[in-house]
Amino acid sequence: MAISKLLIANRGEIAVRIVRAARDLGIKTVQAHSLADAESLAVRLADEAVEIGPPQAAKSYLKAEAILEAAMATGADAVHPGYGFLAENADFADAVTAAGLIFCGPSGEVIRTLGDKVAARQVAEAAGIPTVPGSAGRIDDLAEARRLVEDIGFPVMIKAAAGGGGRGIRVVEDQADFERYLPQAAAEAQAAFGDGGLYIEKLIAEARHIEVQVLGDGRRAVHCFERECSLQRRRQKVWEEAPAVTLPAATRERLCASAVALAEHVGYSGAGTLEFLYDETSDSFYFIEMNTRIQVEHPVTEFITGIDLLREMLLIAGGQPLRLRQEDVVMRGHAIECRINAEDPAKDFMPFPGLVEGLTLPGGPGVRFDSLLYPGYAIPPFYDSLLGKLIVWDEDRERALSRLRGALGELEVKGVKTTKPLHRALAADEAVRAARFHTKFLERWLEDKTSVLTE
Amino acid sequence: MSKQILSPLPGTFYRKPAPDQPPFKDVGDAVAPGDVIGLVEVMKSFNEIKADVAGKVTAFLVENEDAVMAGQPLVDVED
Repeated sequence: MAISKLLIANRGEIAVRIVRAARDLGIKTVQAHSLADAESLAVRLADEAVEIGPPQAAKSYLKAEAILEAAMATGADAVHPGYGFLAENADFADAVTAAGLIFCGPSGEVIRTLGDKVAARQVAEAAGIPTVPGSAGRIDDLAEARRLVEDIGFPVMIKAAAGGGGRGIRVVEDQADFERYLPQAAAEAQAAFGDGGLYIEKLIAEARHIEVQVLGDGRRAVHCFERECSLQRRRQKVWEEAPAVTLPAATRERLCASAVALAEHVGYSGAGTLEFLYDETSDSFYFIEMNTRIQVEHPVTEFITGIDLLREMLLIAGGQPLRLRQEDVVMRGHAIECRINAEDPAKDFMPFPGLVEGLTLPGGPGVRFDSLLYPGYAIPPFYDSLLGKLIVWDEDRERALSRLRGALGELEVKGVKTTKPLHRALAADEAVRAARFHTKFLERWLEDKTSVLTE
Repeated sequence: MSKQILSPLPGTFYRKPAPDQPPFKDVGDAVAPGDVIGLVEVMKSFNEIKADVAGKVTAFLVENEDAVMAGQPLVDVED
């Protein structure tokens, strides 16, 4: 059954993106919003808006009952969760379905399996995908853990099975540290997550973060090539590209094929992303996890493939079989995305909510700006600092970088500090221009750059 | 003399360092400049709010987890 009225259970730039994708398909939109978002761009663009609670996300965007009530009250027949908030909450997906509505994403069961790190790893191994060398599952036995590290070698990471977002991870360099930290890590995991379960993984030093976009309809899946997302600060992506130019063509083929194999193995439905670590020195990739939702950086994939990922998500959720065959997905040129956050890069990225006193947007061919901004908008302090994404495309990476520098020069957000100076410095940096970076590059690079990051 | 501690930032105010821990300060407690009286969460980052006056806490003007504006009074303090 095709969707006729969609409730958007999210906010910010992704809510705007979803409203537009739905509108293009002739789907009516209902924007669910907190009290603090009554004047948001998504509310202004949607056909209808419903307030679901106070500003704090825990009392609004994370309140499943309030969202379902809003969907019922407005006669929506589908819910799009965006990213973050309830997007990867299996119980929410189940509740939406149980209420007789369409959830724009995979089933609760698939979200549950892929959301558990140990289970996801087992699924990957069953589908024949390489994973980072480490424990096959949770480690319950110290002697077994010792044998394992002897096998895989140091350094290793001890991770909390219930951790996430970079929390509950400890890097151990040698046997003595290992003996000392293992019991401590179990106690910490118990205290922080209510679950002392641990697992061990080999630390791949100076790896790249490369991820593969997939689309599936529950039976069949295709990939839409990869993204390179190694430029990160505190494990948050800052700058993303497609494709990963340093990846050899044969490796790309194996990487993307393994992503499709895993998606088909679990009967994946909707848009999803498989994250991998890529070790350049050995030309090896290792599966880390699958994100069962649309991602912030999806536009770089849209630029190089010409596919509207949100549109495909809505069509699949509405019951259409996947329209694309693998050979229909062709990549062309190069795309780069810069996350424009309300943070002051000259002051250790201090958050900077405030009033948008003026806004000048870049334009021209191959330039896209997805954002929640409009002149006069008061950026609320209650949510993450992402204001928008500047995405550029050109026929190759060199030209895309040149176009990016021009577009960043045009972009002006008056009244608040943003991460624009960081992106200008990165776009001019020699190592970045040569695509020589890994997941630890940016934090080291930032150590002596405060002066160039002042606007 | 009555004084107030203001929030320097807009965001969500917390009286406790973590949900399962006691509040930083209660009514009747003494405060000195530099004492942490609460946290304000701004765009997912937590900022300690420190007293800039000395005295005794006579009232909290906002509840735990209330939304606050920059410059909003949080605590009444008396000499």
